[in-house]
Formats: sequence, C-alpha cells, structure tokens
Amino acid sequence: MSEQQLVPLCLISDVTEDLPVKAEIKGEEVAVFQVGEHYYVTQNLCTHGPGELAEGFVDGDEVECPFHQGKFSIITGKPTAAPCTVALRTWDALARDGQVYASTTPRSGGGEAA
Amino acid sequence: MMRALSPEQVVIVGGGQAGGRCAEALRAAGFAGRVTIVGKEVHLPYERPSLSKEMLISDEDESIVWVRPEQAYAEERIELRLGVTATSIDRDRRELHLDDGSVLIYDALVLATGARARQLTVPGADSVPLHLIRTIEDSRALRSRLSAGTRLVIIGAGFIGLEVASAARHRGAEVTVLEAADRVMARAVPPEISEHHTALHRSHGVNISLGTSVVSIAREGDAIALRGSGGETFVADVVVVGVGIEPNDELAREAGLETDRGVVVDAFGMTRDPQVFAAGDVARHYNPLLKQHILLESWQNAQNQAIAVAKVIAGGDAPYAEIPWFWSDQFGVNLQVIGLPSADAKTIVRGTSGQVPYVLLQTRNGRVLSACALNAPRELRFARELISSGAVLDEAMLGDPGVRLADIVRDVKQRKVPA
Repeated sequence: MSEQQLVPLCLISDVTEDLPVKAEIKGEEVAVFQVGEHYYVTQNLCTHGPGELAEGFVDGDEVECPFHQGKFSIITGKPTAAPCTVALRTWDALARDGQVYASTTPRSGGGEAA
Repeated sequence: MMRALSPEQVVIVGGGQAGGRCAEALRAAGFAGRVTIVGKEVHLPYERPSLSKEMLISDEDESIVWVRPEQAYAEERIELRLGVTATSIDRDRRELHLDDGSVLIYDALVLATGARARQLTVPGADSVPLHLIRTIEDSRALRSRLSAGTRLVIIGAGFIGLEVASAARHRGAEVTVLEAADRVMARAVPPEISEHHTALHRSHGVNISLGTSVVSIAREGDAIALRGSGGETFVADVVVVGVGIEPNDELAREAGLETDRGVVVDAFGMTRDPQVFAAGDVARHYNPLLKQHILLESWQNAQNQAIAVAKVIAGGDAPYAEIPWFWSDQFGVNLQVIGLPSADAKTIVRGTSGQVPYVLLQTRNGRVLSACALNAPRELRFARELISSGAVLDEAMLGDPGVRLADIVRDVKQRKVPA
C-alpha cells in the first residue's frame, strides 16, 4: 500500500474483537474488524440480503450476518455458511498511531464462491 | 444409527426452500449420485419470507429470493420435475409415484412437502373469495387488490397477518385485523412484545380487534361482511386469512410412516424407515438441545434442517441441533425471537418498554431460555450464546442495560461458567 492511497476509518479503540464498527471509504459503507492483533475491512452490506456486517456477530475469523445468520471469512471475504454464496469485497487495512486505515481500492471480492 | 448404505438415487419431494437447500447441500457434501426434486409449484425453489412483506409493497417481483439461480441446477446435475405432484410412496419397491403417471426409484427419499395455509371453516367462508398467503401467485393476487382506500380485513394476528397489515398500509389500504386470542402473535412471543406491536400497528392506523373471532361470512353486494364473535359486523373489499399452516404430511401417513401434525423424524431427519427422511416445515423433528420433538415453520429450519438431512444422506453423522430462531418485519421494526418463549419463565427487560431498541430475556433458575429483540439483531445473537452456554447468570446484571450482553458473553466464555 502506498501512503497516498490510505484513508482513515476509525480509532483503534472503537473496534474490539466482538464488536466491529461501520466506517466509509469514498462514500461506500465498510465494516472494520479486529481478529487477534490484526484489522480487516469488508463491505458492510451482506451480499445476500439487507444485513449490515458491522452489526454482525464475530466468531473467530468469521462474521455472521445479523439478518439471516449466513457467514463470511473476515480475512478473505469468502462465504462460509448458507445462504451466502457471493464473496464480500475486502480492503487492505493497517493500524497506525491509534487509527485504522484502509486502502482506497478494494483488494478482492464479488463473484460466486469456489 | 441405521442408515441406507451408499444411496445412489436421492429423490426430494417438495421444491421449496427445504427441497432446494437439501439438493444443494447433497452436492456440497460430495454426493455424486442422481438427485431429483419433485415440485408441485412451477417455480424454481424460492424463499417465502418476502411473500408477506416486500412482494406486497412492490408491484414487481424483484423481491423474490430464489434458493439458487437456474443454471446452478444444471451445473450441479440436479434434476427438476416442476409442476408435478407426488401421489404415493411404495416403500417396499422404493418407488415414488407422480401424478403425470411416472415413477421415480429412490435409495433415499426426502419429504420436503412443506405446509399449506389453513383455510377458514366458518359458515359462508366458501361463498366469498378469501386470500391466503403461501405462494408467489397468492402474493400477486393479493397485491393487485390492494390500493388506497381498499377496505382490508385480516383474520389472524400472527406473523403473516401483521406483516400483511404493514404492507397493506404502505399501499394505503384501510386495515382491520381480527384476532381470536387476547393478544397478537400469542403463539410466538411474550406479552411485552405483543403489547409493543399492538401499539405499533395502531400508531400506523391499523384497527386491531382482539378477542374477536369470525363466526360467519356473507357476500354483501360487491363487499364481504364478516360477523364477529362480539356481534359486530366488519365490511371488507378484500379478506386475508392468516390463521396458521397445516403440514403436508398425507403422503407419509398414507405410506404408513408415523405422523403427528407433521412427519415424525429423529434428530437426523430420519423416519423409522431408514430410507425416508423429512425436512423443513413438514418435519416434526427431535431437537437434542430442547430434548423434544418440534415442528418449526421458519426460514432457519427450512434451510438448516434440510442441509443437515443432506449431510446425513451423504454419509455424515451429525444431528440437527440448533436453537430455533424466527424473525418478522413490520412497519420498519425488525423483531427476532430465539429459543422458545415460555409462559412460566421469568422475564427480564433490557431497554424501555414501547421503545426500540429493546431486548427481552426469559430465564429459568438464572439460565437464559429465550430472547426477543426489537431492532437489535446483534444483541439477540449474543443472547443465543447465553442460551447455548447454559450458564447460570446474575439476573440483576442481565437486566442492567449498562452491562453489555457482549461483555457478559465474553465473561461466560473466559470463566467457562459451568453449565
């Protein structure tokens, strides 16, 4: 990630392992997660229904959508439980000086699961 | 567990959500044999929640949620026999007979025949058109009759009746809901939630008449007159009946399988015939967590119990063991229920009654049994962890909205509070 492509999302203290938060990248809603010592960013809206993943339940490195209890890998964005079949878009994230930053362009996502 | 050895041909009777998910999960579990879905409806498998919600608000069908896109069935070699009804099972010959005269041979048969909307049986009910909500066609027919000023009477204040009320108000209809019980959604939620939703509906102009059953129905010119049990008459342009569903268990009963308002199966979805299974709304299955047989009419059960059955057929040995979970959307309020609310449990309220977000926990001897949440889905999910843990918790702490459920869950996990 080059420096000029980073956008600040939230304070590190806003996010805990069990409570992700909602933020924005260039007008798009994203969810910010902490898994262990690392931070991850996915699109906020579930790819299946109108659930918000920042309101989801975190179980290890997976997030369960509050709407239908489908699941995604927080790290890769890939769906891991029905009814979700389409991967989440993800962004590279970085923690520095008390802030969580993300790249402005998504790393991956979209399309049917393998 | 008894099991048919290495089935090569699985036939699924029922092309709804359970049937579709079962077929999908068979392939996901590596089952390589023949999979056939026999569906009475002409549609690909679809989910029904939107039928009483978005589908009635919009004039289009964009809210229909298909279980899989059409090409997925061909790609995964799932044969669809749609618009066809199964008429009988010959268990000795392992044959399923269809109404088009054809016969399918099975090694494993999954009954995912679902349920049908219960009809009203009062005098005059067969003399007027009454709308039921169970299929895409039902929803299309109802929405075409709802516009500004339409006088709509809904019989039954369960999830379906109240969701239809919410959608009909969006379309400007004048809505009256008649409920025989003394509160709405009485079968599904504790009284506090019933009170909240009664007030919610009334604040949106819905006329709710509790303790009112319909004793007779008659045509009155172009309108329909409904006589209530209190002697009053309700006049409607359109009538919707939402008084529950009846499982389609006749096929199993006629084949000599055990039924009890539903097809009786064990925790693996298996009947006493190890080659016949049941899934979804029709399956009265044993739930190992609740230690009882239950019939669940829910999205979760239609999907996950069907997936569990597929895994068993494909060679797995895991029972279906989940805590029941329901939701309903009415007037922008998302209601979720987890566990089975009980009339004799202690109720702990988190939040202010009548306001959202709101969480209600039911406990017995300090253990959380069930929870309801209004516009607080994540809180409900934390409550599920508390239910699963079986932990004995301090009720004052559970009722303190200053203590987050997330923190209680974390404590339970870290301290490993004995169940």
